[in-house]
Amino acid sequence: MVLLVLRRLVQTALILLGVAAITFLLLYALPADPARMIAGRSATAQTVANIRRELGLDQPLLVQFWAYLQGIAHGDLGRSYAQKTDVGSLIAARIPATLVLMAAGILLEVVLGLTFGIIAALRRGGVIDRAVMMASFIGVSAPQFVVALLLLYVFAVTLGWFPMSGFGTPAHVVLPAMTLGILGAGWYARMVRSAMIDVLNQDYVRTARAKGLSSARIILRHALPNAMLPIIAMIGIDIGQFMGGVVVVEAVYGWPGIGQLAWQAIQQVDIPIIMGVTLVSALAIVLGNLVADTIAPLIDPRIRAR
Amino acid sequence: MDVLKAMLRQPAALFGFIVVVTVVAMAIAAPLIAPYSPDNQMFDGLTLEGAPMPPSGQFLLGTDTLGRDLFSRMLFGARTSLVIGLVANGIAVAIGLFIGILSGYLRGIVGGLLMRFTDLMMAFPALLLAIVLAALLRPSLWIVAMVIALVNWVQVARIVYTETRGLVERDFILAERSLGAGHLRILFMHILPHLIPTAIVWGTLGIATTVLLEATLSFLGIGVQPPQPSWGNIIFESQSYFQAAPWLVFFPGAIILLTALSFNLVGDALRDILDPTQRGRG
Repeated sequence: MVLLVLRRLVQTALILLGVAAITFLLLYALPADPARMIAGRSATAQTVANIRRELGLDQPLLVQFWAYLQGIAHGDLGRSYAQKTDVGSLIAARIPATLVLMAAGILLEVVLGLTFGIIAALRRGGVIDRAVMMASFIGVSAPQFVVALLLLYVFAVTLGWFPMSGFGTPAHVVLPAMTLGILGAGWYARMVRSAMIDVLNQDYVRTARAKGLSSARIILRHALPNAMLPIIAMIGIDIGQFMGGVVVVEAVYGWPGIGQLAWQAIQQVDIPIIMGVTLVSALAIVLGNLVADTIAPLIDPRIRAR
Repeated sequence: MDVLKAMLRQPAALFGFIVVVTVVAMAIAAPLIAPYSPDNQMFDGLTLEGAPMPPSGQFLLGTDTLGRDLFSRMLFGARTSLVIGLVANGIAVAIGLFIGILSGYLRGIVGGLLMRFTDLMMAFPALLLAIVLAALLRPSLWIVAMVIALVNWVQVARIVYTETRGLVERDFILAERSLGAGHLRILFMHILPHLIPTAIVWGTLGIATTVLLEATLSFLGIGVQPPQPSWGNIIFESQSYFQAAPWLVFFPGAIILLTALSFNLVGDALRDILDPTQRGRG
């Protein structure tokens, strides 16, 4: 067990190192020049060269990467070019908003996905099943930004129930969370349905039915826990994806999360922030999977035995 | 042919198929169907106050903020979306097949390294990567296609890897090997044919993902650049105006949804037909 945990930790570190290396290479290989960006349009070649030296951009790539890694080892993600502050604290300042949106979005996905997935599985082949499957297909095919704008138009502009954009009150989180939740629920519903159909065909479910247990008890107590594994894996993936910032949703609703920070940084070629956000996202993705893998054996003894 | 017939028996797949064929046909015939040039900023395309015109008999889907005909722009936008969908997804499936087969077939260091690289790519925040690349490179149709391909091959590689691993263990490969077949012969004559269904399914489903990703990048202003129309950049251009002229967002939004949905429906039906073990599981 200890060995397993150690192995996962080493794997995680290696993956992050790889992500850092690839991102670093990509960012410096790309034609965008941060020094010129900071200096502005009318700067002389001398000014640009000075800025480049100041930021250490005149050093060989490997030297720069090594310096960056040393920083990370000390918990230092570097300094933003444009905002002149510590990238670590810039990202940390965005984490609360990101977490709120993530929690609300995932909650909505899971509730909607479970409800409709179970209903569809129980009514397999019927009208309701087909309607749920079709709706989930629409959910996975709908562009996030269109749904975001649509919800904004209906609930903020026309009905005026919720604010157009911003952050602070519970009302602000409703529309962004709905955008994530409604679309994500499509995946969950499909997954829950197929897992439930598998489980409902098992012998022990028939036994439970034969014993005269109520349908509700069979579903909640016997079938659902066994169908939970893929859902937990999915939540793990979502935690990773949403931590990386939901750039589009945050852009439409002016939500001050990590995605918005990344989007501003990308437009300013603020490489340290882009690097930092990419690393934090990759870390979240790896950790999300790790959490899912850790919870799975707690729920399913068969995995524990393996 | 049998596959096509089996597919068209399902109402949902039939619907998807009809939409796909229609969108492709309209994209090809865009210059013939379009009532106006997509770039023509018409004087009578704006109201007296200079606002876009709502849908009418003259402008079927209304006009945009520059007085251009929305319907014509969407027809030409279909070309952009479909070209990117086909090219980007084609490349992604090709890369995925190549890396997946190699890492599944080759044991030892090379196979292991390839798979670790795929794992690494799985940990990359895909959308963020695409946005960074598209924004920092000078965006054009081909760059956007490349960026999407670079991000989307990973999933295909994983699936192909798993399937290849399963195939390599099968007896007919062992038999072939003991008869003295070389690696290339086994790979191309025996393993690749078994992966064609997977390639077809992902070649279809992936187009939906690609169309959505292209639209997203263009919506952020880092995809296909105006004046060349794409469904995403039509919405990008009129975003700030959408309270007054919601049709500028909803018509392109609807066609993006409809196209992605249709490719998904067709791809899903193909998966059902080509892979009987998945039938009815959604």
